[in-house]
Amino acid sequence: MSDMMPITALGGRSPRVDTHGGVTLTENTNTALASYAARLGSEEKACTVLAEAIGRDLAGPGQVVFGTFDAFWMGPDQWMIAAPHDTHELLAFELSQAAGLSASVTEQNDAWCRFDLTGNRLASVFELLCPVPLRDWTGGEATRTSIDHLGCFVICKDVETVTVLGPRSSAGSLHHALLTAMKAAL
Amino acid sequence: MIIDHPLLGPRDSAEFTYLGDASLIHRPDWEAKDAISQFAEYGYQRDNPAGTHRELWFHEQGDRSWLVVTRSTTTHEITQVELARDVARREGRST
Amino acid sequence: MTQVNRLAGGQVDRSKELSFKFDGKSYRGYQGDTLASALLANDVRLMGRSFKYHRPRGPLTSGSEEPNAIVELRSGARQEPNTRATTAELFDGLTAKSQNRWPSLAFDALAINDRLSNFLAAGFYYKTFMWPAVFWEKLYEPIIRKAAGLGSLSLQDDPDSYDKGFRHCDLLVIGSGPSGLMAALTAARAGAEVILADEDFLLGGRLNAETYAIGDEDARDWAAATVAELGAMSNVRIMPRTTVIGAFDHGIYGALERVSDHVAVPADGKPRQILWRIYTKQTILAAGATERPIAFEQNDRPGIMLASAMRAYVNRWAATPAHTVAIFTNNDDGHRTAHDLAAKGVTVAAVIDTRADALKSEHFEVIPGATITNTQGRLGLTVIEVTLSTGQTRSISCGALGVSGGWNPNVHLASHQRGRPTWMPEISAFGPGATLPEGMHAAGAAMGQLSTHGALQSGAAQALVALKAMGKEGARPDPPEAEDAPIRITPFWHVSGAKRAWLDQQNDVTAKDVKLAHQENFRSVEHLKRYTTLGMATDQGKTSNMGGLAIMAELAGKSIPEVGTTIFRPPYTPTAIGAFAGRSAGADFRPIRKTPSHFWAEEQGAVFVEVGMWLRTQWFPRPGETHWRQSVDREVAQTRKSVGICDVTTLGKIDVQGADAATFLNKIYCNPFAKVPIGKVRYGLMLREDGIAMDDGTAARLAEDHFVVTTTTANAVGVYRHMEFVRQCLFPDLDVQLISTTEAWAQFSVAGPNARNLLRKVVDEEHDISNEAFPYMGCGEISVGGVRGRLFRISFSGELAYEIAVPTRYGDALIRKMVAAGEEFDAVVYGTEALGVMRIEKGHAAGNELNGTTTALNLGMGRMVNKKKDSIGSTLSERPGLNEKDALKLVGLKPVDPADPVPAGAHLMTKGTPVDAAHDQGYVTSACFSPNLGCHIAIGYLKSGDARMGEVIRLVSPLTGVDHDVEVVSAHFIDPEGERLRV
Repeated sequence: MSDMMPITALGGRSPRVDTHGGVTLTENTNTALASYAARLGSEEKACTVLAEAIGRDLAGPGQVVFGTFDAFWMGPDQWMIAAPHDTHELLAFELSQAAGLSASVTEQNDAWCRFDLTGNRLASVFELLCPVPLRDWTGGEATRTSIDHLGCFVICKDVETVTVLGPRSSAGSLHHALLTAMKAAL
Repeated sequence: MIIDHPLLGPRDSAEFTYLGDASLIHRPDWEAKDAISQFAEYGYQRDNPAGTHRELWFHEQGDRSWLVVTRSTTTHEITQVELARDVARREGRST
Repeated sequence: MTQVNRLAGGQVDRSKELSFKFDGKSYRGYQGDTLASALLANDVRLMGRSFKYHRPRGPLTSGSEEPNAIVELRSGARQEPNTRATTAELFDGLTAKSQNRWPSLAFDALAINDRLSNFLAAGFYYKTFMWPAVFWEKLYEPIIRKAAGLGSLSLQDDPDSYDKGFRHCDLLVIGSGPSGLMAALTAARAGAEVILADEDFLLGGRLNAETYAIGDEDARDWAAATVAELGAMSNVRIMPRTTVIGAFDHGIYGALERVSDHVAVPADGKPRQILWRIYTKQTILAAGATERPIAFEQNDRPGIMLASAMRAYVNRWAATPAHTVAIFTNNDDGHRTAHDLAAKGVTVAAVIDTRADALKSEHFEVIPGATITNTQGRLGLTVIEVTLSTGQTRSISCGALGVSGGWNPNVHLASHQRGRPTWMPEISAFGPGATLPEGMHAAGAAMGQLSTHGALQSGAAQALVALKAMGKEGARPDPPEAEDAPIRITPFWHVSGAKRAWLDQQNDVTAKDVKLAHQENFRSVEHLKRYTTLGMATDQGKTSNMGGLAIMAELAGKSIPEVGTTIFRPPYTPTAIGAFAGRSAGADFRPIRKTPSHFWAEEQGAVFVEVGMWLRTQWFPRPGETHWRQSVDREVAQTRKSVGICDVTTLGKIDVQGADAATFLNKIYCNPFAKVPIGKVRYGLMLREDGIAMDDGTAARLAEDHFVVTTTTANAVGVYRHMEFVRQCLFPDLDVQLISTTEAWAQFSVAGPNARNLLRKVVDEEHDISNEAFPYMGCGEISVGGVRGRLFRISFSGELAYEIAVPTRYGDALIRKMVAAGEEFDAVVYGTEALGVMRIEKGHAAGNELNGTTTALNLGMGRMVNKKKDSIGSTLSERPGLNEKDALKLVGLKPVDPADPVPAGAHLMTKGTPVDAAHDQGYVTSACFSPNLGCHIAIGYLKSGDARMGEVIRLVSPLTGVDHDVEVVSAHFIDPEGERLRV
């Protein structure tokens, strides 16, 4: 067991933290992810199951809800669910068991790298990264967009807490882009 | 350009990839007697209108929906945007 | 004595004296100066040489429309050619050089061109460098190249960085003159999100160059107070030093912000410039107007400039080009310049007004009904020759001349979407047309409202229109009182009889050139423009186009609106290429994708290769290996002898689930998938709808309703898009859900006779991976050290092989564990080169074979296309053209002389036939040295190849001089029966 030690998306043993201009950029490795897509004709059941699992009404297009688990809308009848990895590494399995044949659940734990940005001038950083109108966001928005040619999800918890999910293999490039934008904007 | 996504609202066209004429939804019946010529027509013959054009765009850096966008090729004015899946169902692709 | 031409007042900060150098000489200026204003203050009028004739030139304008005063700014790697001295903000230590002169600005050898001007007229290049064709490369092109261009490049990498940015607003206001400020204020007070952008570093536009009052205030103070009010509002963002360079579809504007151009070196981490993409609902075009000159003989001497520019230099920068000046005008605004100059203590020698009914003045002499017919002064104006209404001539000494021919609204952005400007007779100029870009409204001078009162009123009015269009109510503010002088102008474009009367000073186009073009029957304005190059320089003819059109109209006997005008395209002003690249430059050109074993491979000293965005290991050199072939041959040989490990994470993986998952795969692949048992993998070939092979890979059935599909590395994105198209557009009622899992799993190939032995040491004991329990093409879940994993028994190398996958975060641990476990077998880790060699030895197709022109039949997989079901491409794969009797077939090729190479790209010819396209028999797609066969081998396509085994054919590559015999063999060089796979 001990020889199967995980590394972070950036290649370290522990998450990287950078701070600049009042914004903290944290590599978050403790996130289990599962995509949850309703099966054709079972949408209602699939949604009920998922709503129960997260303890909240489901997020609509462009939205995220934060409940027992966090869940954001990915596409029609499809959500991404996030939970702490240390307690829910088998999140996809758990959700799949709950959904039965009503939803297709796919493990996405390591498909993404996750960076959390906290600070009070995030809109200035993000306007150098992507066309997401962060200045108009108040919290509860989530969308896929393109950052530095990479397809990423931008998820806004509140105006001072924004998460970026990007392709794990490009974690280094994405981290570089985020840090570069912080230094340019702040 | 801005494409007014039916679910997500206005989005920069840079988030999309373009395929072409929305007539591609109307894939011919493979069991038809003249299937080869129907498929040749389907695959190769396109109108090239100066004006209103229905075309397929894929929201690759978004929700991965295929959209049918009605756009003027001369002014770029977009008059309608629909989910391609809805269009396909409406236009007889339901099985 | 420094700054001899500096006057009192102005908007420069005299407490901040700056030193700068021009052509090696030191000068001093003030904070708030431009390079041009500071040079004028230092009595420097000569700032450059013209493009074609190398004529001495000074600034014509005080803004971004400048054609003449363009310099090389800064030095070393930051040297930037063709920079306008009129907009370059002065900073301490600035250095600039004049351009297009040798050896010096005052004495320029190529000024000889000026003497040759009779030979260098319009169309010179077209007429001269025509024939013979051979002269082009050796003679004409080198001459033209040497003479062409203005400034020189540093030829060093740009040390600065550039950003791209995205901003959203309700209303974009372009220009911060009176109309722009009023529009921004009106909209901001109504609660709209406003962006106010201005290319200048000092907001206020023309108000900074004038001496009016607005209300009870000095106009400049009103501007500053209004800017301050706007700046305090949270819904307003003010962007100075920002040029809106383009108006694009649906309210998208490009804007270049010069973040650091006013400092010597950008601050740490800060970009030099940002190219903003502004998304707006409505736009106010308050870009102002540009004064136009009048063409007359020798009108390009340093010191001759637009009257409005002279006024701006004196009022805003307190710098006069000379202490004695004259004005040449056809309208009242020229008199205003004379007034302002006189008020500042500058001697106005005379105002020459083309109008017989010109205004009179107590402060200076006005000469009505007169024109300027010649000028003197080699490197700067000394004398003007005036022809009076009586026909007599009179010489007047002056060091500068302000020329005022009326004002042209800045309609550029209004025509970026092909909107045609329309003629406004009241100001004798083109204004914005009826079809502006969607959501754009012109205001102020940009729409021909040339008075300050008119600008304030129209700014407010257009803001209300814009607010209404976005469903907002606004209150009409009460604009303060301001000057409202009527426009009094009598069009006068050029002094007749003048020959060397410059229209386009940057491209050296004269009135005579336009006449010549007309004489040679160029009648369309577009043709005139291209033939004479009028308006085609970096200033896009902002000060010159109208003059050319007017002369053309006169020659054609038409009115100017009948002749029409050319339109403008982005960018409004020249924009550095670096700004368009943004951060995507150098090492950051595009993102890098790293494999899960990347960090481990780096430690091993692996050689990496870019495969799309992926960095893959190409080979792993070992001590003593000096050539890549040694490493690759070893990796191949050792894998086939014992066992090799390779990171294959880059292959695309798509999770396909749903009740109709198998039905869906039946559509996607040409071969059948419905009956693949759970726990089995099947090879699949994907066709395009036209019958051409698109991609290949495997699909593993994990459950009745769950498959994992793999794609080639290169096509992962395209295949996913295609599958979504099939799912959403063609078969919308199939119950199937897709998502990419490429990044989620670290996947390694373990291949070779000892593959299972190695894996037995790695996979947890409770999983039986014996040949019986886990046969060829089997798949299943396993665990490694307690970590969940997947195992697929598939082979690309032709050996007993598996692919093992664990969650990506454990990929690094897995490679280390496998390498340790492999020590007893002398296991190797191999890179993409060895991978390529082994797949060629096995005859497996890859990208070179699936090259967008080949079919299943060509690949030798014709029988895989199932005729009993409908799949994408199956119908058109049957069309006759793709099924010729002598169709290309994939074959193996071995040199007859084992020493010969078999290069990819070489063509195959039947022996004894001519080497030409008509006799071409096919081509080599992939080639390598096979350490197992001890010679070069290749696979490729050969006509009727499957029926030509054993035939010796000719391999030719005229390009590389290859011409020798090769034998046609099976593409499966290694283990053609596939026995190794199943042991």
